[in-house]
Amino acid sequence: MADDNGGRDVAAAPESRGAAHPVNAVARVDSGSTVSAGTAVVPRDALQNPGLPPHRPRVTDVDPKKERTAERWVYSLFYLSLAGSLFTIVAYFAFPIEENSPASTRANNLALGIGISLALMALGIAVVHWSKTLMSNHEMIDQRHVTSGSPETRARAVQIFDEANKESGLGRRAVLRNSLIGALVVFPLPAIVLFRDLYPGTAPEPVSQLSHTMWEEGMRLARDPSGTPIRAADVTLGSVFHVIPEGLEEAEHKLEEKAKAAVLLMRLRPSDLNELPERQGWSYDGIVAYSKICTHVGCPVALYEQVTHHLLCPCHQSEFDVTNHCEVIFGPAARPLPQLPISVDAEGYLIAQSDFTEPVGPSFWERASVDND
Amino acid sequence: MTAAASSYLDDRTSISAVVKEFGRKIFPDHWSFMLGEVALYSFVVILLTGSWLTFFFDPSMTEVDYEGSFVPLKGVEMSAAMASSLDISFDIRGGLLMRQMHHWAALLFIASIGLHMLRIYFTGAFRKPRELNWVIGFVLFILAMAEGFTGYSLPDDLLSGNGLRIIDGMVKGIPVIGTWISFLLFGGEFPGTVIIPRLYTLHILLLPAVIVALIALHLVFVVVHKHTQFAGPGKTNQNVVGVPILPTFAAKAGGFFFIVFGVIALMATFFTINPIWNYGPYDPSPVSAGTQPDWYIGFADGALRLIPPGLEFDFLERTYSFNILIPMAALGLFIVLAMIYPFIEYWITGDKREHHLLDRPRNAPVRTAIGAAGVTFYGVLWAAASSDLMATHFHVAVEHVIHTLQALVFLAPVIAFIVTKRICLALQKKDREIALHGFESGRIVKLPGGEFIEVHEQLDEYERWKLVSYTDYAPLMIRPNSRGKITVAQRARAGVSRWFFEDRIAPVASKDLEVSHDNTH
Repeated sequence: MADDNGGRDVAAAPESRGAAHPVNAVARVDSGSTVSAGTAVVPRDALQNPGLPPHRPRVTDVDPKKERTAERWVYSLFYLSLAGSLFTIVAYFAFPIEENSPASTRANNLALGIGISLALMALGIAVVHWSKTLMSNHEMIDQRHVTSGSPETRARAVQIFDEANKESGLGRRAVLRNSLIGALVVFPLPAIVLFRDLYPGTAPEPVSQLSHTMWEEGMRLARDPSGTPIRAADVTLGSVFHVIPEGLEEAEHKLEEKAKAAVLLMRLRPSDLNELPERQGWSYDGIVAYSKICTHVGCPVALYEQVTHHLLCPCHQSEFDVTNHCEVIFGPAARPLPQLPISVDAEGYLIAQSDFTEPVGPSFWERASVDND
Repeated sequence: MTAAASSYLDDRTSISAVVKEFGRKIFPDHWSFMLGEVALYSFVVILLTGSWLTFFFDPSMTEVDYEGSFVPLKGVEMSAAMASSLDISFDIRGGLLMRQMHHWAALLFIASIGLHMLRIYFTGAFRKPRELNWVIGFVLFILAMAEGFTGYSLPDDLLSGNGLRIIDGMVKGIPVIGTWISFLLFGGEFPGTVIIPRLYTLHILLLPAVIVALIALHLVFVVVHKHTQFAGPGKTNQNVVGVPILPTFAAKAGGFFFIVFGVIALMATFFTINPIWNYGPYDPSPVSAGTQPDWYIGFADGALRLIPPGLEFDFLERTYSFNILIPMAALGLFIVLAMIYPFIEYWITGDKREHHLLDRPRNAPVRTAIGAAGVTFYGVLWAAASSDLMATHFHVAVEHVIHTLQALVFLAPVIAFIVTKRICLALQKKDREIALHGFESGRIVKLPGGEFIEVHEQLDEYERWKLVSYTDYAPLMIRPNSRGKITVAQRARAGVSRWFFEDRIAPVASKDLEVSHDNTH
């Protein structure tokens, strides 16, 4: 890193002109060592580097009037910056935030922002303008050196390691060295164990939690977010309801339960539904309920296209066909949305016949082993 | 007075040696060298505004009733993180400005790192001795995205929760450990009550500490290697031509810091970013159509969208989610290839010399074409993250948009490669033509015989030097090694080398110039 010439001004040193070599000059940095140029073509008759072109003075270098103008600009901008900073301080008090007044928040943001921006921009532009118009712009040259240390330095480094090895006996005393390596390899392992309780050890197995939701036999379907139960008669043909289990508001882990139990409810013409024989009776008079949680990565499948009976996930555009048990017809999801078997109770409210019969939401490694029946 | 003070300081620190060593160190000048500076300065702004924000932000998922100034959400139940983010936005003077400056600076940080990397790549600045610094920079790019994502999650608004939901879904798709990683991360089932404080620790402590350390290392290497410079008259591989740190470079860089700072402040003043009050608190059930991640996550989100249906299989009671694994693997491969590219090119050329002169992109046609292919691949994935918006804006079916992008993700990089390589070669030919025969002056002359010709003017030697000074590589010839064998590795290297260098335009040599001048006279 030692720059022996410390940035000599070449404009005053024309003898450096033409001293440099063209394409094959690359090798010079590495001169003294045998460094391969690989498949690079090193032509013998390449053109010569003409050296730095003559320095061209700027208008501020030759015209004192322009120089004074530039100077005036710079100090004016410094004063402008100063004014901007002072304005910001005044504005902090002059534009208070009043309760329940978004306009006051906006005014405060605007005033402070304009003041700070002015202070910063004017300061920055002034310094850059100063450097570009008034500071010397003569090209200067540093010499480069090979990045590697000199042969002597490298030899000394090797020697130091050698001496350290001898003095410590690291190479000689194999038992000491190997046991040291053993201890060093094992010492970080407790740290890994310490992370185990990021998920508390007393909590139930993950798989069991992912396999069930809060739905159970007889639980009413309620509107999201009000929580009022839904009568089958309220569900008109073509409508869609965002559904949560009744009593979710009182649940202990409300958001976690909701992230699994959210359901979409739609009513189609019963003749439009192609129901599998084993799922006969899971719907009620054309009303079907499917998990709202996408089987891809878990976004809420919130968009229902009434005409085609397709559900669309707004995150990654997976499409599900409600008439065919929400099978995937497009997009990255691989599995149909799980169906919630429903029925009505004596008062005409929609209820669940049971929990989902498979885990809802995104796939996980152990999913295929879950047997809900 | 100054002398006394500096003497006092030097007596206790030996600082004069530092000033002597670095005070007149030369920095070359080019507009593209500012991109890294923009990254550095926006990081400083992030640190300043971020520290301020920590004094008011409450990284807790405890449910509270919002009682702040934003009327539409009054009384709504939300996490303390969301409520304090709203307080910062509406009830603390300058809070909205600081929040928006923090977010804009973060976006600028990642954007400028990306552009800086493209500059390094397309000019070959990653070559020996700078390969390791390229890797450090690349790690910084990834860490910057991690900082961005953790920060995006902290306010616990609807969109940030939805982003975490997607991460959770992706993590669960990892074989063997996915389910457990998800439960350890969220401290139980998604969303849980610990993810925000955990991300907060990463966001304000761990990640920034690593980033600061790596930036320091990155800059130490810039000093050790000295800055690269473009080829030009007077510039060689052994020198650095430019301005000294004191005063000119320090003034330009220092002034530029305030300009970057000011631009960020200006953006925060006039342009809303991440209006969490419109989204509301996180709830697993609602989501709005057309939601987008912050721009730098787009390529990953797009990769997820391009997977066709049905790529998930059950085998031996275990679930293999290739719809998640394929995009993750593709992105991983893309990132690793870009990260190790300097070592690949080093192996192909076998050029073990140091390179301090930058290439013009046209003078390394295949490298430039590979870069263009990579940028195109990234661009298609990025576009895919807006597939739904393209469908609604241009009134086309989202299925058609996806199918088009699925084809483009394979085709477009190939097309970009071929077109870019041809453009580079054509530009090289044009350079060669101009270096040999000069440029058209626009002056038409009628010869005595009645023939009209346009007079060509020769370049001066400085202009010509810019066109002819570049390193040219020839394809590797297979030769037996010292034991008379041709190894498989050498065959592979020769194959790639041919692919890289078979089409080449040699730089003009003095012989060519003499011949051309003889012809014109």
